[in-house]
Amino acid sequence: MVTNQSQHISQQFEKELQDVRSSVLAMGGLVEQQVSNAMNALITGDSELARQVISGDEEVNKMDVGIDEECIQIIALRQPAASDLRLVTGILKTITDLERIGDEAVRIARMALNLSEKDRPKKNYRELQTLGHYVSSMLHNTLDAFARFDVDAALQVAHADRQVDAEYESIMRQLMTYMMEDPRTISRAIDMMWSARSLERIGDHARNVSEHIIYLVKGKDVRHLTIEKMEKVIKGDE
Amino acid sequence: MNSQATNASPIRVSLNQTAGSEGKEALLMANETPKIQVKDLNLYYGQDQALKNICLTIPEKKVTAFIGPSGCGKSTLLRCFNRMNDLVDNVTITGEMIMDGIDINDPKINVAELRRQVGMVFQKPNPFPKSIYENVAYGLRLQGINDRQTLDKVVEKSLKGAALWDEVKDRLNESAMGMSGGQQQRLVIARAIAIEPEVILLDEPASALDPISTLKIEELINELKDQYTIVIVTHNMQQAARVSDYTAFMYMGELIEFGATDQLFTNPGVKQTEDYITGRYG
Repeated sequence: MVTNQSQHISQQFEKELQDVRSSVLAMGGLVEQQVSNAMNALITGDSELARQVISGDEEVNKMDVGIDEECIQIIALRQPAASDLRLVTGILKTITDLERIGDEAVRIARMALNLSEKDRPKKNYRELQTLGHYVSSMLHNTLDAFARFDVDAALQVAHADRQVDAEYESIMRQLMTYMMEDPRTISRAIDMMWSARSLERIGDHARNVSEHIIYLVKGKDVRHLTIEKMEKVIKGDE
Repeated sequence: MNSQATNASPIRVSLNQTAGSEGKEALLMANETPKIQVKDLNLYYGQDQALKNICLTIPEKKVTAFIGPSGCGKSTLLRCFNRMNDLVDNVTITGEMIMDGIDINDPKINVAELRRQVGMVFQKPNPFPKSIYENVAYGLRLQGINDRQTLDKVVEKSLKGAALWDEVKDRLNESAMGMSGGQQQRLVIARAIAIEPEVILLDEPASALDPISTLKIEELINELKDQYTIVIVTHNMQQAARVSDYTAFMYMGELIEFGATDQLFTNPGVKQTEDYITGRYG
């Protein structure tokens, strides 16, 4: 633990906490892969890969349930306190967000299936590719921050979420313009809108996870705050 | 951190640490009425220093818990509040313990009167080998009160206060030794509240009891705090977390951290506290 370097007197308890942390990282890795595959499927029009993402969600759900159970066991048997308690509750919330990111990956994969049957646009979904890029690196950094219990890195994720939101807005405006110019693009543009929406949601979930990380390391609840306020709370000014 | 805990008032230390989103708790703490104020208390058993520069405030009509590993001085500190350490040879105490403007350690103080104001309940229930009724009435009889009506009233009130009345009202004249451990402990608490103390000291009151009796004692503590200032020493950390409003963590004779219980158990300010309550090597 970054918050607490010393070992538990109970080796078994120590191991249980380590195990549940590793499970979260494994789940995070899987979810990251799902998002990346879904984006590839969308951009390359690979319907096989899209189907793979859709069926892969079952594994994500299984991990969600499994980690949830591990956490409940720890609470029931160990009555964790202080940083241990924050770790366990932080994990419970984190996996909910990860599971939802998995669901959004499935949504993107569904859109990829739809789009694979339609004409491909000249720009080959470059705007979605850029947004996907932002979101993937945000998710990656979040998981990294979790692995290292790094508050600064978590804060950077919150900053990145602003960029994602701005990018999403601009894609929406662009797609609306296309639809007005040429109604034949509407069907495709709607699928793209749904995909962009999913990517934006993934960004929000990654930001949520980064807030859970700040809570479990610092013991400070920074949900529903502006970034400026978050920084102040973390520094202890407020 | 140690030096800070010993130099500054511990409440102050905790306030600094809770500053931020916990402003409400800091405010709550500032609004307490102090019942006992301990200032620079040192206690020596011969050459060995058992308490080192303890400074803390026990708030009125709240539950304050002392936690810490064996030998950290929490029971010694608790016993200072009603001068129980007078009974130990070779004890030297320096510093102040002010209760309602009077120093408890003042040699001129009437110790019997102090102990009437500051009652104590021990780890092992210690009822007298008398009837249930006489156990509760004992303190009043000592004060020369023998009027049957008064005694009846106080016994009923105290047993009700200790959540024992319904279980024993039909056998008040039976021996207290025939009661269960949990009942005996509640009887001892009834005996303590019969003389209407202001402060009740509880030294591991539930450690010899089964989980159900333990919960009854905890429930009782919760009810008693409306009327009394309660100080409890416990090894059971979850118990401290459940029953107390404030918690003091002690280690090797020093007060390491004192703060609102909610705060101390979710986000302690000092690493030693964290290590202790999460069960780690210090």
